Amino acid sequence: MKKLFLSTVLFLSTIVVFAQSEKFTDAMKKNLAAMDSSFKNPANLLIVSNNFERIAAAEKNQWLPYYYAAFCQVNYGFLGQDKSKTDGYADKATLLISKADSLSPNNSEISCIKSMIASCHMMVDPMQRWQEYGQESSSNMDAAMQQDHNNPRPYFLKGQGLKYTPEQFGGGCATAKPQLQTALDKYATFKPASEISPNWGKERVETLIKECN
Amino acid sequence: MKQLLFFILLVAFFDSKAQVIISGRITDNKNKVLFGVSIVLKNTYDGATTDSLGKYSFTTTEKGDQLLEASISGYNAVAQKITIGSLSIKQDLALKEQITELKAVVISAGSFEASDKNKGAILSDIDIVTTPSANGDITSAFKSLPGTQQVGESEGLFVRGGTATESKIYMDGNLVNNFFFSSTPGIATRGRFNPFLFKGTVFSTGGYSALYGQALSSALILESKDLPEKTEADVSISVVGVGGGIQHLAKDKKSSWGVSFNYTNLWLAFNVIKQKQDFFLVPLAKQGDVNFRIKTKNGGFIKYYGYLSTNKTGYRSADIDSLVLKDAFSIDNINTYQNINWKDRIGNGWRINTGISFSTNKDNISNEVQDAGNEKFTGNNPLYSYKNFDLVNKAKYAQARVVFEKKFKGLNAIRFGSDYFYSNEKTFYTLYDGTKFTQQVNDHLVAAFAETDIYLTNNLATKIGTRLEHSAIINKWNIAPRISLAYKVAENSQASFAYGIFYQNPERKYLPALAAIDYSKAAHYIFQYTKQTKDYTLRTEVFYKKYDKLYKTDSSFNGREVVANNNGYGDAKGIEFFWRDKKTIKNVDYWISYSYLNTKRDFLNYPSAIQPSFAATHTAAFVFKRFFLPIKTQFNLSYNFATGRPYYRIAKDAQYKYVITDAGKTINYNSMSFSVNYLPNIGNKNTKTFAVWVLGVSNVLGQNQVYNYNYNNNGSRKEAITPPAKRFVFIGCFLSFGIDRTQDAINNNL
Repeated sequence: MKKLFLSTVLFLSTIVVFAQSEKFTDAMKKNLAAMDSSFKNPANLLIVSNNFERIAAAEKNQWLPYYYAAFCQVNYGFLGQDKSKTDGYADKATLLISKADSLSPNNSEISCIKSMIASCHMMVDPMQRWQEYGQESSSNMDAAMQQDHNNPRPYFLKGQGLKYTPEQFGGGCATAKPQLQTALDKYATFKPASEISPNWGKERVETLIKECN
Repeated sequence: MKQLLFFILLVAFFDSKAQVIISGRITDNKNKVLFGVSIVLKNTYDGATTDSLGKYSFTTTEKGDQLLEASISGYNAVAQKITIGSLSIKQDLALKEQITELKAVVISAGSFEASDKNKGAILSDIDIVTTPSANGDITSAFKSLPGTQQVGESEGLFVRGGTATESKIYMDGNLVNNFFFSSTPGIATRGRFNPFLFKGTVFSTGGYSALYGQALSSALILESKDLPEKTEADVSISVVGVGGGIQHLAKDKKSSWGVSFNYTNLWLAFNVIKQKQDFFLVPLAKQGDVNFRIKTKNGGFIKYYGYLSTNKTGYRSADIDSLVLKDAFSIDNINTYQNINWKDRIGNGWRINTGISFSTNKDNISNEVQDAGNEKFTGNNPLYSYKNFDLVNKAKYAQARVVFEKKFKGLNAIRFGSDYFYSNEKTFYTLYDGTKFTQQVNDHLVAAFAETDIYLTNNLATKIGTRLEHSAIINKWNIAPRISLAYKVAENSQASFAYGIFYQNPERKYLPALAAIDYSKAAHYIFQYTKQTKDYTLRTEVFYKKYDKLYKTDSSFNGREVVANNNGYGDAKGIEFFWRDKKTIKNVDYWISYSYLNTKRDFLNYPSAIQPSFAATHTAAFVFKRFFLPIKTQFNLSYNFATGRPYYRIAKDAQYKYVITDAGKTINYNSMSFSVNYLPNIGNKNTKTFAVWVLGVSNVLGQNQVYNYNYNNNGSRKEAITPPAKRFVFIGCFLSFGIDRTQDAINNNL
């Protein structure tokens, strides 16, 4: 009886522990799916960002939920129509990504988000902000490349940035394509660390390359 | 049996995971629903986000006492204790809006801000250098805004019926005494400082803060830059001179130093563009400056700026009393300025901002009446003899200043502090016959001030302050209350009001006074309405300004005009409009300003209250900027207009009283300026060299401009004061070589 009780307790606590990490992964997966579908309906990005933030606050030492919360915020900033609010979303994203950064320093994926946030600020008024935020965006991209040579995303961001930069300013398809091609090559060999680790951008790169052909 | 127990246990375990619905509605404290609020059951994954009706709903398997938290940026988060049983829970919450800079009204009556960062800024830093009528001169850029006069015969800002000496200029809180190069008769000089030294500029056309004083009309408040973004060297070559400098940023990005040198020589320009005056000493200036900036561990700054310049010029112009004689005027100037400033957090929400500045100025001025052969005229006519003189002005100024500030929740703040100014000004005057006069005026001016910012809500704020001053020259205390209010009428639009009393001492050149004197005084009443979005700005201001105790002058024993009494007075009223549009036309940014001014004053030697000769009734400016991307070129155009200004000949009559013997009005002022900036390297991230080519042409259309009239001794003849040349053409190239440290930054972080 005693033995059974003990084994039951053991069994139940294993369920709890297992359930805990499974619960985390499940919740992350569910929200990642919601995030993917939100790009068609950007208003949902904020909801998904809040979901990730709740997970982050409950878990306390996982960088991924903060990372995705920031990713959703900055994307909402890019997609939002009202530019007067863009800085607010970018600031919120900065707040989230700096928490991820303190949990996982020198992370290439995190540097990518920082670069996106700077680009998001720049987009509000490119003429005025180009000098400050353009610099910040590209230095974070460079950092991301240094931190993980295999990460395709900094090359994707660089290529995307160049594609939307006017030709007179050293942008356009001609300069963007080699970067996008590098990104695509890296996507081919890139293996995410886990099923909830960052693994976005491949389709977008393919679309951008198609647009340039 | 064992299996049963196990089963029961298992069921109980899962049963405890039964779900409960928690829902509700989130509003602000005015019962307006809030969209996008994040609801969380603390330390769980469970929660939701409110919809457009402010509603939320989620299910949870948690039980017992829990904390339900609602948060959204811009509002104070609220946490509510709830006990979860088996029934669904309805919980509504109300959030209180935070008072934040992003949402709060801006206390702005009377002021224009040029900044890249601050909300409510009318201009950006770069506007100061790309406004063609400004020619890269800081104060001239503000002449394209309402409230200022298009005065071209002398330097400075003439604001709302005030003289240029009623406008004071501050750098990092410290007064700059010789902001402009020394005056020359009939030709406006430029400001000494490079506009790129500053990151933020506030130009107040009235009702300014109690932190500043001794300016009846206006304060121009300049804030120097913090650390440069990277180490950079720059070189400039233009038709007026060459210059170069370096800004060095330390590897740890905590400190920087910089030096620069400029050599200006107008020989080439004056040989190509004929000047009205005959320059026997072409304007020549050498300027050097050094700076260092240290970021403190609390995020504060220690900044030093030191400046040294020498310049000289000399020119002959026709003597008004004679048809053949000429006046040869020359000036030789040495100026130094040093300013050290410390700004920091000192704990408990307190901040300190303190600084010391020291400056010296020496002018060597001489005037000689010359004959047709440019030789000294030796005729024995006192009318001409008195025009031969030498004048040496030596001045020393020092200032110490400290301001303490405490910030409270919701942008509320108090600040108080003190200023001490010392001035020592000596003049050595040598008459044609060798007679010497020496005069010295010293002043010790102490001031104490206190001010508070009160934000009642995001929509209503007030700034209340007062300033006390004591000047040794006047030997009296004055007390100057200031108040401004701002109220947000709707999203993007606000109404503001400002009131204040301002005092000022007499100008040095009218001292020492003939009798005991008091401070001159002005009261400002300003009402402003602004509507501003990212793309448009509409600003309108109505003001009334009352002058009291203005200085009246009379001739002293040696013929100088000095202050006689405080019996002058005057007023100014008007309405001003400003409209800026960056959106309607693609790639085009333009602004229009218009000012109506109705002013009269009795001061100096005026026989009664009249419209002063520096004040035009209608003034307007139009500035247009367009960037052409494919050719990386920006075209800038500005058009300035003012109705004619009155001019007077004031002389003493037989009873030794000042009377107007002749008067008139100048023609309207029109000037169109044009500039082109070509930026070949813009957007090229691979280059370390950044070049800007500038071509600027002032008064493109060559319109006739008359600023005022000079009269001869007996008033029988008058001569128009006009610009030295119809137009001026500036061609220059500014190169900067950035020493990119991105790579270092990355390597240091790995």
